[in-house]
Amino acid sequence: MVSYEKHTENFESALLSIDRIAARKLIGGEVKFSSPFEIIEKIIAPALERIGSKWESGEIALAQNYMACKISEEIVESILPAEAPERARNPKIGVATLGDHHLLGKRMVISFLRSLGFKVVDFGTDEPAVLIKKLDEEEIDILLVSILMLNLTLKVKELRALIDSRKLKTKIIAGGAPFQLDPQLYLEIGADAMAINSSDIVKHINGWRCASLPAEEKFL
Amino acid sequence: MKEEMSPMERVLSTLSFEEPDHVPFFLLLTVQGAREVGVSIKEYYSNPEYVARAQLRMQERYGHDCLYSFYYAALELEAWGGKAIFYEDGPTNAGRPVISSFEEIESLEAPSVPDTRKLQKVLETTAILKENVGDEIPIIGVVMSPFSLPVMQLGFSSYLDLIYEAPEHFEALMQANEDFCVEWANAQLEAGATAICYFDPVSSTTIMPREMYLKTGFEVAKRTLAKIKGPTGTHMASGRSLPILGDLIKTGTSIVGTSTLEDLAEVKKACEKQVTVMGNLNAIEMCRWTPETAESAVRTAISKAASGGGFILSDNHGEIPWQVPHEVLMDLSKAVKKWGRYPGEKTNE
Repeated sequence: MVSYEKHTENFESALLSIDRIAARKLIGGEVKFSSPFEIIEKIIAPALERIGSKWESGEIALAQNYMACKISEEIVESILPAEAPERARNPKIGVATLGDHHLLGKRMVISFLRSLGFKVVDFGTDEPAVLIKKLDEEEIDILLVSILMLNLTLKVKELRALIDSRKLKTKIIAGGAPFQLDPQLYLEIGADAMAINSSDIVKHINGWRCASLPAEEKFL
Repeated sequence: MKEEMSPMERVLSTLSFEEPDHVPFFLLLTVQGAREVGVSIKEYYSNPEYVARAQLRMQERYGHDCLYSFYYAALELEAWGGKAIFYEDGPTNAGRPVISSFEEIESLEAPSVPDTRKLQKVLETTAILKENVGDEIPIIGVVMSPFSLPVMQLGFSSYLDLIYEAPEHFEALMQANEDFCVEWANAQLEAGATAICYFDPVSSTTIMPREMYLKTGFEVAKRTLAKIKGPTGTHMASGRSLPILGDLIKTGTSIVGTSTLEDLAEVKKACEKQVTVMGNLNAIEMCRWTPETAESAVRTAISKAASGGGFILSDNHGEIPWQVPHEVLMDLSKAVKKWGRYPGEKTNE
């Protein structure tokens, strides 16, 4: 009998070696799971969380983190029905960049969240004045903005003002290289939180849901 | 007290692992030149004379030890047929990728430097700078490494997909990019650049694991740097490099630009007497530094890495953000004068 922990370690190792076959084999192998969400919660989420922490500390590279999220997303999309009822309990999440074409961070966040069974709306890249209408229409609870260039972080300020003036409940989580180099920056631009790695996002989501949900419904 | 050296003497001295009169300081200013000339950033880069004039003025004002003929990274994307996006308050960004399928790579041809007007402007700037300063002040030219350029050519995620899932197209892409990079670097050297900064962030361990780097970016750098007819420095643009410093040294580079995420003393120790370390002031936090924090950052960096030469004080990214106030740049300059004189405080500990 292989423990969840050992299984997670093996899965993490397969992801970091970019070994799709081994990763898929572990999900469909000797450990039997009661549902796709059990696989996500017991194996995939902890493995991706550890991979994210290792990237943050410099132990592994961004390329490994990206490929791990990509492979996990493929696996989850193949085992979890699009309309699984478990997906409904999650907040509505949107992801965007604010006017540039550096899309890797956004791509990684989407893969990561979909690997955990979240539904994510990809808004592409837009100016705040356009994005605000989409947030309103889609009733987005949490917007993740991925930013590479320092000058574009200032657009979050603009977006914050628009969200406040429309009295939307949308919270903003900012992520990307400038925030890694300056941990105070997100406060200056009016974001509600920042995320260095993707699992930080889930921690924030759980933190915000804390008051309204029982502990077993939190994600990580 | 040592005799006052020219910026060129100062830099050459540190590159020879000797202690010059004081710590060389590279203030890598780009878009700030538009403010200097009083035009928009887009207009600034339309005129080679604007860039040269601003570089000379800024060097005179801040007293740093180089001129930077670099325009913006997306200039190379423009040479390959892409577009650049100009902002009023930041560095010019890359537009959409120019390669939309991996198959296109097989018929890819490198742009010709003499036939690309945008590249010629940089050469004109370089020539004006050279005419003005001769051999007194180093002029730093820039190329994107053939291994890092595909982030703009293909988009980052597609490029990682290519490396891991379609490696059969990798060599063809590198061949085209290497041809271009070598021609572009040598044209800048011929126009008057003293050295070439080889921007290679994808090779940093922040982006690429060492095992993959050794099979890809490392081999590309060895081949490319060997064909560039002048000194080169490799810059990771904020990425980490400690685990591959030994490998970077083997590529033939003379300088390594290091990240603020790494301990400068550790980096210096790993490079000791083999390559010069450049870095690593935090260019993002710099936007809100007070005179005290600026002085403290300069003093700390110098105390960690300046002893014995082989060190150039600079930012960690290879470009100072537009948002850094002029006063902070002056504070940095004053702090270098105050704390950078050799022999300095007890260092490298």
